[in-house]
Amino acid sequence: MLMTLREIIAAILMTGGVFFFLVSVIGLIRLPDIYMRVHATAKGDTLGLGLALLGAVVYLGFTYTSLKLLLIITFIWITGPTAAHLIGKSAYRTGVPAACGDIPVKDISGRENQS
Amino acid sequence: MIQTVLHAGAYTLIVLMFVCLGRAVVGPSVPDRVAAINLIGTKAVTVLVFVALATGQLFFVDVALVYALVNFLTSVGMAKYIEKGSLG
Repeated sequence: MLMTLREIIAAILMTGGVFFFLVSVIGLIRLPDIYMRVHATAKGDTLGLGLALLGAVVYLGFTYTSLKLLLIITFIWITGPTAAHLIGKSAYRTGVPAACGDIPVKDISGRENQS
Repeated sequence: MIQTVLHAGAYTLIVLMFVCLGRAVVGPSVPDRVAAINLIGTKAVTVLVFVALATGQLFFVDVALVYALVNFLTSVGMAKYIEKGSLG
């Protein structure tokens, strides 16, 4: 079946996005620690959704829908690492043990107790 | 041909969502579950965009935008609730 060049580029970008989601899920299942798992899921947020929706933008062209898709990409690029950081910080403050076992868990929680 | 890529991507992402749900069930600590649910929400946004392109019903993109907003609020609220014990 004949494809235009724009559809080929869109298909490559969408396949790359799904591949990065696959890598992120493998990291979420296989890594031994909450901190490493949060690190892997942040990659899925930024690279996976960014590439997949960029492929959708390339496929649609200059429309209002592609503007909404760019808005979703920008919002996820701001909020995805923020959410991963907050989840990691809550795990650190509540004393979830690391896999290597040498993280001083109660180190930065003193500032919380004073407030 | 782009329809094949969209359908295969959507089905693959749905299978990966169920794998993430396994981590959310098994996960030994509460932030594990929150990270897994956050990744499920991000994949749901991508599946909504793929479905919008595959069916030609482009208003699903609005649903994806609102889903991204609600997903971020869920993650921030759960992280704050785990850390401080309340949402106040």
